[in-house]
This record gives sequence, structure tokens and C-alpha cells, in this order.
Amino acid sequence: MSERPTAPPLLDVRDLTTRFITPEGVFHAVEGLSFQLERGESLGLVGESGCGKSTAMLSLLRLLPAAGRIVGGQALLDGTDLFGLDESDMRAVRWHRISMIFQGAMNAFNPVRTVGAQIAEALVFHGLAQDRGEAQPRVDELLEMVGITGARGSQYPHQYSGGMRQRAMIAMALACSPQVVIADEPTTALDVMIQAQILELLERLQRELGLAVILVTHDLSVVAEVCHRVLVMYGGVLAESCEVDGIFNQPLHPYTRRLLAAFPDLSRPEGKLVSIPGYPPRLNALPPGCRFAPRCEEVHERCLQERPKPRQVLPGHWVACHLHEAGAANDRT
Amino acid sequence: MTGPDGSALPTRGPGVLLTVEGLCKRFPLPRGFIGTLTNRPTEAVHAIDGISFELQRGEIMALVGESGCGKTTTALTLMGLLEADEGTIRFNGEDVTHLGRSVEAPRATIAALERQSFRREPSFQPTLTMKDLRRQVQMVFQDPYESLNPRATVFETVAEPLEVHGLAGTRDQLLERVRRALEDAGLHPAEDYLWRRPHELSGGQRQRVVIAGALVLEPILLIADEPVSMLDVSIRAEILNLLDDLRTRRGISVLCITHDLGTAAYFTDRIAVMYLGRIVESGPTQAVLAHPLHPYTRALLSVIPVPNPRLRRKRMILTGETPNPVHLPRGCRFHPRCPIATARCAEADPAWREVTPAHSAACHEAVAPG
Repeated sequence: MSERPTAPPLLDVRDLTTRFITPEGVFHAVEGLSFQLERGESLGLVGESGCGKSTAMLSLLRLLPAAGRIVGGQALLDGTDLFGLDESDMRAVRWHRISMIFQGAMNAFNPVRTVGAQIAEALVFHGLAQDRGEAQPRVDELLEMVGITGARGSQYPHQYSGGMRQRAMIAMALACSPQVVIADEPTTALDVMIQAQILELLERLQRELGLAVILVTHDLSVVAEVCHRVLVMYGGVLAESCEVDGIFNQPLHPYTRRLLAAFPDLSRPEGKLVSIPGYPPRLNALPPGCRFAPRCEEVHERCLQERPKPRQVLPGHWVACHLHEAGAANDRT
Repeated sequence: MTGPDGSALPTRGPGVLLTVEGLCKRFPLPRGFIGTLTNRPTEAVHAIDGISFELQRGEIMALVGESGCGKTTTALTLMGLLEADEGTIRFNGEDVTHLGRSVEAPRATIAALERQSFRREPSFQPTLTMKDLRRQVQMVFQDPYESLNPRATVFETVAEPLEVHGLAGTRDQLLERVRRALEDAGLHPAEDYLWRRPHELSGGQRQRVVIAGALVLEPILLIADEPVSMLDVSIRAEILNLLDDLRTRRGISVLCITHDLGTAAYFTDRIAVMYLGRIVESGPTQAVLAHPLHPYTRALLSVIPVPNPRLRRKRMILTGETPNPVHLPRGCRFHPRCPIATARCAEADPAWREVTPAHSAACHEAVAPG
């Protein structure tokens, strides 16, 4: 989000608004979300379940479920608005320039076909090879890239451990050499040691291939370890966004502070964990003011009536909270 | 406390609630047609391979390790849901290792086990021990989204154990006990929750209902298998604080099984680290965190993501995954992945020894800090 007037960012999302229109009402899943992603940068998208982080990412790929509608905003990838493309143009972008590792997808491999064959199939489908034989060298290369020896490509998913299946999934996401990879909770079901291996792999791929990565997770400490910047979402809106160190050294939004306090931090094991009382807002019955106001300890009269807008209060540090309007030099609406 | 090989003598104080000595559990593998014809010896998965520990009254202990290290098998064996092949389990001084298989396990327990695919284990038989023991040892399963009957109200779920144990009494008494268990589990006022069904509850509330179902029998030991790993970070703290609270108010002991040392660090008194079916290090939580003796513990600690940017340190990532527990490595079972292994480690299985008071490890290289 920091101003770089020279080169436009790789991905520039402006006021993304996504709603789910269901018989139970309209769910405001994502509202006015803006962020930018530079080449080779990694951004951590953090929030509780149901805060809209996965919905925002599915909107970028235009893979929302039937009830989902992108009702506003732009997503400029190298200047092209993804929301303005027709479906066939979008197909040339999806997986080729921006790809996604879905949550839990490591369990979605076809159990009766070998992992190598499934990656080859993807390559053939996307026109990168005529047939499986032609795809084979690239399959080996992709598997090698994620630390799986080529010979294991002829094995079936059940012969892989959870960590290896996730590696294979990452290989699949890289098949069409995208510039942006979105990883949705890539380590959530994995053990800590395997989690560390996968995070290290993502870091290495990012360095070697110059990938821009969006890491979607509920785990702030994972973001702290591998991301350059953090965007904290709450109830479908941006709460705070800044450089990764800033969020830990100087968290400004009350929600970010509560989230950090809810975290086991081995560097202060004597401290007591404090959970956040209350529940995230129901997205079909949102409070009129700040969405965090019902759970906020520092709530004011104004928070109940007026929705705070994201403001840049420090260089590169955006926060949407009425408590932090002192440095509101540039309003972002 | 005794070690995996039983070398050190146990100190059995009046406060000891649970003593486990040399516990082993193997799951034999099917030999197959050819194997049976040629009378090939049956191979087995050494799920737990001689573990020993003690749990004091009112103590919270964590059993930490990666998937497949045998921590859940340990819990199921302690519950009597699997029968130990070797070793003894003493509860309150009584040997409960091989209690009768007379009573059927509660439906919910069997259902939860089946979902965790233990049904396919060839030797899985829900051996239910004496009802008395069952009342005193209760288990909280990992996934509150799966371990509650979706069609039962909170009242029905929490009252079922009382009915199974014939403790229901009159309708008013039953209601009162259910209400108290819900309040103790932090669901108050209980009236607001009694008639809800699981889909009307959040993840944290569901886990509280699961805990209330365990508390209603007034157990003295709670075995919690990954009690928070399925929950959102913002509500994990409340469940952990609740378990801590129960210890303070009711004097309940808790054995918490988890893969997350970070979670364990927060509310446990003692940590035992398991690797491939053995305890490799055990000691007071602060000592284990500040001066880990075993290289495996050090590696586990180094990969826990730390939010504080000033404290980011070099990760010690072990390559590969836990080896196959059918063919255990010779010597120290950790040596193939160990960054400090020497020739000796490939030869001799390290003895369990107390390196500093109450802090023990099974490693040739373990030395007291400082």
C-alpha cells in the first residue's frame, strides 16, 4: 500500500465488494477491500473464520460459488481489470498468471490416478503439452522444484504423506508459471514440523521464481515468519495493513491487538492468553457502525454510528479505526 | 518418574493419580496369503513402545509429538479403548491395565473413534473397563464439529453419560446436574443453551458442550486430545483457560495431547515429548522450554512460528517425516533425522536419565545447561 509512483503494482485491488445473495438474505462477505501486491512480494491475509478472506481470494480468480456476486471494485493485474474480462479471457489469466492452492485441496487428488499423471493432465488441459509423454519432463521439473524426486510421480496419492500431497498441490499450482500464487491455509492441517517445511518451500519458490504470494491464514505467527506485509481483515473489511514488523511492534487496531494477545507466544510464556469475547458479526446482519464495535473495549459513541474508513496513519500503515485519525492525511475513498 | 526403559525408580507420592509403566501397544499387520503360506513372521506397527510417566493430582501434563508418534494411541490405551500389550496402568494405585470387557462403550465414543478410522485397525476392540473407572476418566476429542450428535440437543448430549451410568435420578436432579456441568464448562446461563442443537453453536461453544459432557460425571482425570486445534485462534485461549480453571476449582488432572508445543507451553505444568512411540524428554514446562535437552525437542521448538519479530531465530527443520514404526531404526530411534548424531547413536539406544532434577531425556548427548 506504500506509494511507489514509479512502477504500478503487479496486482492492485480497489474497493472489492462481494456479496452472497441467498434466501436467508444478503451476506456482505467483502466490503470495499483495497490492497496492492508488488512483484515478488508476499502478503499475509489474516482473520478469523468467516471474515471474508477466502471469499476475497475466490473473487480475484472469479471462482465464487453460484450465490456469490462481485458487486463492485476492480482488480488490476498489470493494468488489466480482471472483473472486466469475459470468461474466455479470464481463462487465459486463471492458473496462467494467477493461481491458487485451495484450502484442504491436498486431499482432493484423484485416488486412482498417479500424482504425475494428474499434473500432466493439467498441463495438457492448459495447452502446455500435446500429450502426457510430452508433458513428462515438465512434470518431473515441477515435482523436483517442490522437493519430490521424479520417480515418486508415478505413485498414487495414498502413498504420499500429508506434507508431500501439499507439495504436489503446490507443484500443480505452479504448472502454468503464474506470477501470483494464492495459498489458502496451506499448512493448517499439518504438523508443526511439516508446516515449517512447507513454509520454507514457499519462501524458496518465491525467491527463485520471483513469485508474488498471498498467504491466507488465521495464524498471525505464520505470517510473521514468512510475509513482507500483513492485511488483517475483520467482518469483511480491512482492519489494518502494514509491514510485517509494524503489526507486531505497533499494532494500532484494537482487533489486531486482541488477536495478538490471543496467541501463544513462546517468548512470553508467563503471559496469560486472552481470548476475544463475543463473536464475529453475522454478515447478513451487520452493525451500523464499525463492525468490530460490539467486541471492542475502546468503543466510542461514534463507533456505533459511523463506519471507519481505512486511513494511512503512518507511512505504509493503514488502519480503519476512529481512534486513529490523527495522521489522516490522505483519505483513501 | 521412570523413563521409557524403566531405569530410574519411581517416586510415588500420595499425590500420584496415574502411573504408567513400560506401556506397549502394537498393531499387527496382515500377513497376506503368501505370508500365511510361508509362515512369515507377523510384522507389527509399534505404536507405543515402552512409555512410562506419572501424573499428579491436579496436574496438567502435555504429551507432545508429531502425527504418528503414538500420542493418541496412548490416550486410547489409558481410556481402556485399546488393550495394552505390555506394561501397567495404575489409576489411584489400582492396576487398571486389563479390566474386563463387559460393558459396551458409549455410542458417542465409538462413533468418534470410527470417524478417526480406528475401526479398520485389526486389533481394535472397544474393551470397556469398569464403569467406575470410566466415570473418573473422561475424554475430550479433537473435533467438536464431528463429536457431537447433530440431532441431539445440548441437554441430551450432556445427560447421556448420566443415563448410561444410571446416575440420572429424577428429571429435576438430571436437569440440575446438566445445568451445573454446562455452567462449569463456561456456558452460562445454562438455560440459554440446554435446548440448542450443535448447528446453533459456535466452534468454541461446541467444544464447551463436549467438555460439559465429560464433566457431568465429575471425573478426576480428563484426557484432552488436541482440544483446540480445530478452533479459531481467537477462541483457543478460552478453552485452554477453561481447562486450567477446572484444575483450580475441581482439582481435576488433565492429560493434554497435542502437536503444538506453543499451546502446551501456555497452561501445562509438565511436558513429555514423544517420538516414534517413546517419550524422549520430560520435565517441568519452563525447564523444557528454556533448556530443551533432546535435539528433537529443540527442533520442535525452533519451528514454532513466533509472532515477535525481534525473536525470530534460525529454524531447525528436520527433513523427511517420522519413520515407519514397523521397522524401527537401530540405536537411537531419532538418529536418522538428528542433526547432532554420532556413530554411537546408530549403535546404542540411549538410556533414559535424569539430567537435572525432574528433567529427563533419552539422548547420549544431553547435558545439564550452564
